Parts: sequence; structure tokens; C-alpha cells
Amino acid sequence: MNLRALIETRLLPAILVAAIVIILPMFFPSGYYYRIGALVFIFALAVVGLNLLMGFAGQVSLGHAGFLGIGAYSVAIGPTHFGAPSWLCLFAGAILSGAVAFAVGRPILKLKGHYLAIATLGFGLLIAIVLNNEAAWTGGPDGMNVPALTLFGWRVHGSDAWYWIAGATFVGGFLLALNLMESPTGRALQAIHDSEIAARVLGIDVARKKLTVFIISAMYASVAGSFLALFNGLVTPDVAGFLGSIELVAMVVLGGMGSIFGSLVGAAVLVVLPQVLTIFQEYEQALLGLIVMIFMIFLRQGIVPSVTAALAGWRKC
Amino acid sequence: MAELLQFAFSGLTVGAIYALVALGFTLIHNASDIINFAQGEFVMLGGMTTVFMATAGIPLPLAMLIAIVVTTGVGLALHRFAIEPARGASPVALIMITIGASVFLRGVAQIVFDKRFHSLPPLFGADPIQFGGAAILPQSLVVLAGAAVIVALLWLFVERTLLGKAVIATAANRLAARLIGVDTRRIVDFSFAVSAAIGAIAGILITPIALTSYDVGTLLALKGFAAAMLGGIGSPLGAVVGGLLIGMIEALCAGYVSSSYKDAAAFLIILVVLIAMPQGLFGRVKVERV
Amino acid sequence: MRAVQHFTATAVVGLCAVLGAALPASAQIKIGAVLSVTGPASFLGDPEKKTLEIYVDEINAKGGVNGQKLQLIVYDDAGNPNNARTFATRLVEEDKIDAMVGGSTTGATLAMIPVFEDAKIPFISLAGAIQIIEPVRKWVFKTPHTDKMACEKIFADLKQRNLTTIAMISGMDAFGKSMRDQCVAVAPKAGIKIATEESYGPRDSDMTPQLTKIRNTAGVQAVVNPGFGQGPAIVTRNYSQLGIKLPFYQSHGVCSKEFIKLAGPAAEGVRLPCAALLIADKLPASDPQKPVVVNYTHTYQQKTGQAVSTFGGHAYDGLMILVQAMQRAKSADKAKVRDEIEKTKGYIGTGGIVNMSPTDHLGLNLSAFHMLEIKGGDWTLVPGT
Repeated sequence: MNLRALIETRLLPAILVAAIVIILPMFFPSGYYYRIGALVFIFALAVVGLNLLMGFAGQVSLGHAGFLGIGAYSVAIGPTHFGAPSWLCLFAGAILSGAVAFAVGRPILKLKGHYLAIATLGFGLLIAIVLNNEAAWTGGPDGMNVPALTLFGWRVHGSDAWYWIAGATFVGGFLLALNLMESPTGRALQAIHDSEIAARVLGIDVARKKLTVFIISAMYASVAGSFLALFNGLVTPDVAGFLGSIELVAMVVLGGMGSIFGSLVGAAVLVVLPQVLTIFQEYEQALLGLIVMIFMIFLRQGIVPSVTAALAGWRKC
Repeated sequence: MAELLQFAFSGLTVGAIYALVALGFTLIHNASDIINFAQGEFVMLGGMTTVFMATAGIPLPLAMLIAIVVTTGVGLALHRFAIEPARGASPVALIMITIGASVFLRGVAQIVFDKRFHSLPPLFGADPIQFGGAAILPQSLVVLAGAAVIVALLWLFVERTLLGKAVIATAANRLAARLIGVDTRRIVDFSFAVSAAIGAIAGILITPIALTSYDVGTLLALKGFAAAMLGGIGSPLGAVVGGLLIGMIEALCAGYVSSSYKDAAAFLIILVVLIAMPQGLFGRVKVERV
Repeated sequence: MRAVQHFTATAVVGLCAVLGAALPASAQIKIGAVLSVTGPASFLGDPEKKTLEIYVDEINAKGGVNGQKLQLIVYDDAGNPNNARTFATRLVEEDKIDAMVGGSTTGATLAMIPVFEDAKIPFISLAGAIQIIEPVRKWVFKTPHTDKMACEKIFADLKQRNLTTIAMISGMDAFGKSMRDQCVAVAPKAGIKIATEESYGPRDSDMTPQLTKIRNTAGVQAVVNPGFGQGPAIVTRNYSQLGIKLPFYQSHGVCSKEFIKLAGPAAEGVRLPCAALLIADKLPASDPQKPVVVNYTHTYQQKTGQAVSTFGGHAYDGLMILVQAMQRAKSADKAKVRDEIEKTKGYIGTGGIVNMSPTDHLGLNLSAFHMLEIKGGDWTLVPGT
């Protein structure tokens, strides 16, 4: 790859995203906006991982909140029951998520289409049920407190601190995902997305590539889950629930499957929208549903790919 | 023995509910390859509309009829105004539209109706039928019979009518179906309308047992979807068998193992079955063409 | 890409504009509320929201508090603690509230506590669990009776009937699980033996397997069902379907006429501990709570057309305790109001008579609960309770 291509595919997007992270706070009138911003980046991190799986490898997961749950409860259970430092538990959670993904991924990823969807959904529910039932470890449905993260003696506290941590981590995760997609593995994944059989004919180890990306996406979700738990100081089994998984998928599809930048946009829309819709009081939910439908009808490729395509078409005229 | 029988009755009751909900998924999937996540809201609409019509003083049978008509209209509208305009979008995008529709319908229902739980009187009384030391409610048998009738009608429809064949043709290959003169748009219209009607009937029949509220659809759709997939999506018989199987597993697990892990047991077995039989119990193998 | 960046920026700027417009600049007292208006706990949040709206309007019609009007800002957390935390931050940072009522569920309340403790804003929760006020937190109060009190009330009634061995069937939701834990904890002290335990999912439609197991457990003399929502109604129906004749206790989670309606004839003979609110018309005229509960019942039913539940009553109590504290403090100053809430003595509410102290941020005792029995499709007071 020549230097120019390198600049265009990695450097520019990374600078753009980093600029967003840095410039946005200049418009923030209060700490509440930092909280919203931090939530956007935390969810966007999980969505980037899921987008690798859905948009590039073409595999749906309706159970990804399960990995969010593993990450979240790692930083809750580790420090509380074992006295381990939070940052270590965050890594341990990510490794555990990867290991779980490795164990269940091999048999599950053989399934196709809607069957893969129900299998991942079932897997996610199993995690949520365990978190709900094992109250001695997890505090049950009321959840448990999560001790604050301490880094080099600095107790991470407050929305602005978490905004910068989540933002920086997101930029890192974003860059990593871009790199992955431009690598041979990335190209192989896209071949699988287009046609699994054709990819196999080309000599791609389809099962292995799918498993790899499943593990990576699980680790992204796990880190996001850990951040969410540390940020909130409390975790409940809702984090791993079915609705959480649906929300993640909605973020991927809304932003644009296969668009890493779309992940950020999808997460931003679905985190910010409910906050804006509160002024409509009891019509809030109906409007949220309506807006999701309208987005999908008119921007069916997702926001980023549709807008990019429209702009390209317009420029040609 | 009486104990096992009682567990079986429970499994039958719950399973019949799942089966009825699962049946709604099959026709839409067959005609359009979409998993309709708003199916649970059809079930909710059937039950809630009946409850509110009846409260307004309309006789129960008429209230049920109105509920079915209203829900069928909603199903038709969902296709006409949301699915059809997005024709050509990826399956995931279409499914996302049905998820949006489900949130929308729930949001509207909480305004039009209310946020409380409601019940309907059972069709044949509330006195349980005693059998071998175990008790079952007559309404459970009604739900079961309802599922059986719908399966039979769907089978007759697909096997014996031209319209039914057209649905199958549309499912198999939309372009080819259009080439032989099938109005595929009307077919999908039809499948949404009938699925909505099935959902409404399910809602009316199960409300005397399971109660209803504006948000009852989410969990029912989840279990119904699971049942349809376990049976093999697209097969009405599979949907019923899948539903009954999940109901039985839950009841037996609650009875003999642990009631807190009965849902887990059901999903664990679904996972195992799918790993062994990737098309579900009665699903057809689809060949991927390159 | 650039268009998208523009879009994001527009969204954020738009959000600022929307929020800015929603803030009128006047000397009002702002009361925040985060309630589970939708979602699995909506039958808590829905009556709570309606109650707060009705009474804030009423107070304003009478000239407000200390000459200032109240402004109520309600957000719906849909039962999700993460949302609750976000809205709590928004109430503090954006809406700049003076006091907070609500948090329908324990999870949401626990998620919000740090926000209000940090901001030093008085916070009256409407959720049940005892963890909210134990240990005592400076800024946090609550109005509903604790699960522990409900267990103690039920166990006292059992002892009076000479029943000592029970079975429990509890919901797997937060309410059921929390009350179950409390009952298990206080059972030995109350001299009650729990012979067997079962549970059910919050949306289950048949609980006969669990009840069959309970029926077949030797020595069980009574059954207790901690839970809320539609689950207990189905448990009650299944109980009668299986023809179980043992005394049956429900919890304070179903203190609403709706329960009797849903459970139908099966509810006959069921006992449960409830606040005086449910039996407003049956209280003796001498009861100090009578005027309050009769008044609330009439107002709520007239304005909403729905039956009262104790949950709406908790919101009423929370608002009134807060308003009276503001009147005593003669200002809405957060620290002064907090101190006055803590000094609440002899407040007569729907939930009982509240006497708070620096060590008790609830202020209710067991006398707040009445043991009710369902007879002829209506509540009756069990004599001697």
C-alpha cells in the first residue's frame, strides 16, 4: 500500500474522529452533555465490534448485550468479591468474553440467517438469566455496586473524565477496526459476506475467519460493558437483556452496516434521540418507533452509506 | 403420576400459547423472508382491543370480531406504508423496520389504551377440568384447538388453493413468481393481513389465561419466534410442535429441576437442537446459489 | 463523511436548543422526578406520575409553596437504571432542580443516589427495598414501607393463626426477589420455617408446576407470594385451579383493586398487608388517616377514572413531605429543606404516620400496615390487626 492510500484510508478518518471527540465539548454547556457524549462513545465502541461481525462478515448477533453483560459484571464482581483492581478486571472480562465467544462461536456460527439470529439470541438470554439468578454473586435483579476505576492513583470520577476515556478508547477501537478491514483478514471477511461458498472456493477458511471476527466483536462489547458499569457505578442484569441486544443491532443498521464511521452515527442517534424526544412526553415511544421506521425506509443502507452515496451522485451531476 | 400429568397440563397450556404466537411468524416469513418483530404487537392488539371494546359495552363476540378486523388493518398498513416502500432493502433493514413498528405500536397502545393489566372471561367457564388427579382449565384446550384449526387451515390453504401456491412461489423466487403472473405485492399484502389476524386471534384466546397489557407483545414475540425457529421457520406444523415443546420443557424443568432456570433450559435445548439440526425440526434446507 | 459530521453537530446543537427552550426563566421551585412510566414497572410509575401531576397542579392553584409556583419535570426511565442515571444527571445539571421525588424501582433509585448525594439535593425515593435507607444516606429518603416490614406483618399474622411452616413462591423480578430475601432473613426471628421455595418469571402465564410441588411438600401450612404485576394474579388463579386449600398470603405489591379484578373469584380468602389507603371507606371515623386517604382516593379516581393503588399514594406522600418541609424551612434551600424533611414528625399520609429522624429516613412502623382479607370481591380488615 502506498503512502497516499494509507493516509486516505487510515489517517484521515482517524483524525476526523479524533477531531470530533476534541471539538464536541466546546459546545457542551454542562456536565450532562459530557454524560451523553460518553454514553455515545461507549455504545459506539460496542457497535463498531458488532458492525465488524454484521457489516463485514455478514453474521447477525441478537445476543451481543450478553458480552456487554460479561464485561460489566467483570468489573463489578472482580473488585467486590476478589479485591482485584478494576483495570485488571476490565482486561480479564474482555479475555473471558473472547473465550466464551470462542467456545460458543464454533457451533453457532455454522447456522445461517434467522437460525443464527435465534441461536445468538438464546445465548444472550442465557447470560442474562444467570446474572439475574445468581444473586449471591451478582446481586440479582437489583444489581450491584461497581467500585470506581482507579488509574495510577487517580480515581476516575465524573462525566467529563469518562467522556475523555470513552472518547480516546473509541478512537483507538475505530482505528483498530479500520486496520482490520484493510488487512487480508478483512478482505476475506468481505468475501464471506458476499458469498460464503465463493469464499470457500477461493480457499478461505470461512469458519475460522468468522470465529475470529466473532471473538473480536465480543471483546469490543465487553470493554464497552465494563466502561458502562464503571461509569454508572451500578450494574443490573438489564445491561445483558434482549432489548439491549436489539438496541445494539439497531445502532449498527441505522448507522450503516459495513460503515465503521456509521457505528458512531448510529450510536449517537439512538442515545441522543430519546433525550430529545422527552419533550413529547407520552408520545415519546411512538415517535421513536416512527423515526426508526422512517430512517430505514428512506435511508435503507443506513445513514452514512446512504448519505455518502447521495453526495457522490450529487457531485457527479 | 398425578404430578407428571399436572406438569404436562401446564406445558400444554403454555406451549399452546407459544404455538399460537409462533404461527403468526410463518406466513409472513414464507411470503417475504422477513421475521416480523411486530408480531407480538398484533397479539397485544387483539387482546387489548377486545378488552376495551367490551368495556365500552359492545357484546363480546362483536368486540372480538372488531379486534380481528382492526389488527388485520394494522398488519396491512404495516406492509403498505412501511415494508413495501422499502422494497429491495436488505433483510436486516426490513427486520429493523418491523422492530421500529413494534416500538411504535406499543407507544400508540399505551396512549390509546392504558398501562394496566386486563383479562377477558374464558369462553367455557373458569372451572378446571379434573383428570387423573390433575387440573386443566377449559381455556387451555380452547387455545390448543385454536392452534390446531389454524394449522389445518394453513395447510389446506397452501396445498389446495391457487393463492396458497402463489405464496409458495413468491417465497421461492419472487422474480420467477412475477414472471408467471403472480402479483407478488398482493401476495405479501395478504400474508401480512392473515398473520395479523392470526396474531389477533391468539391475543383473544390467550388473554383469559395469560392476561394482557400494552407491552405484553415483546416477551410473547420472543418465545413465539423461538418456537417458530425450533420447529423450522415457515412450517406451520413446526411452529406448533416448537411451541408445545418449549412449553413442555419449561413446565418439566420448573417441576423437576428448578423454576428459576426453566427459561434457560428452553433456550439451551433450542441451541442444542439447532446445532444438531441447523434447519430446525421441520425446516426445509435452502440451497445457496453462487 | 463531512455531511455526517455536520449531521452529528446539528443533532448536538439542536439538542442544546431544545433544552434551552424548555427552561423558562422564573423563580419557580423545580421538582424533578424520574419514574418508570413505561416498561415492566409501569404500573408503579404510571400512577406515580399521574399523582404528582394532579397534586402539583392543585398546589399551584392554591398559590404554590411559600408564594412560589412548583414546576414538575418528569422523565421516564422505562425501568432501566442506566436511563435513570442519565436523567438524574440531566435534572441536576440542566434543569437545576431544587428537590427530587421518585425513582420507581430500587435499581433506578440506587443508580441515581450518587448523583443527588454529589449535588446535595434532597431525594425522596418511591421504591421499596431497604438498601435505599440502610445505611442512612444524608440526602436520601423514601416513603414506601420496606419489604422487611411486609414480611414481618405477614409472619405476625401467621403466628396468630398458629401457622409456622410455610412455602414461598416469588417473582424473579426485582420486587419479588428483594422481598423474598428479606422474608428469608427475618423468618428465623419470627419463628417461621420456610419448608420450600419456588419462583416464576415476571411474564409467565402458568405457575401450576411450582404450586404442585408446593402442594406435595409435607408440612406446609400456608403459602406466601412476594411479587407484583400480573404474576400474583395468575399464581392466585392457579392456586384455586389446583384446589389448594392452605391459607394464602400475597404481598403489598398487589395492593390495588386491579388484583381482585384480575384474580377473580380465586382471590377469595387471600390475605395481604396493605396501607390504609385501600380501605379508605372502611376505616373508622376516628382513624387519623381517614380524611387523607378518603381525599386522595376521591381526587385520584375523579381525575384519572382509575382505581387507586398504594404506589400512587407513595408519590403523594413524597410530594407532601417535601412541600411541608419547604413550608417549614420557609424556602426551597436544599440544605434547609433536607434538614426539615429529616425532622418530619407526625405527618399523616396515605402510607401511615411518618416520624423521621437522623437514623430513620423512612419513619414508618408496622402499624402503617393493615392485614386485609379479600371477601366477596372486596377488601376487609382482619380483626385485631
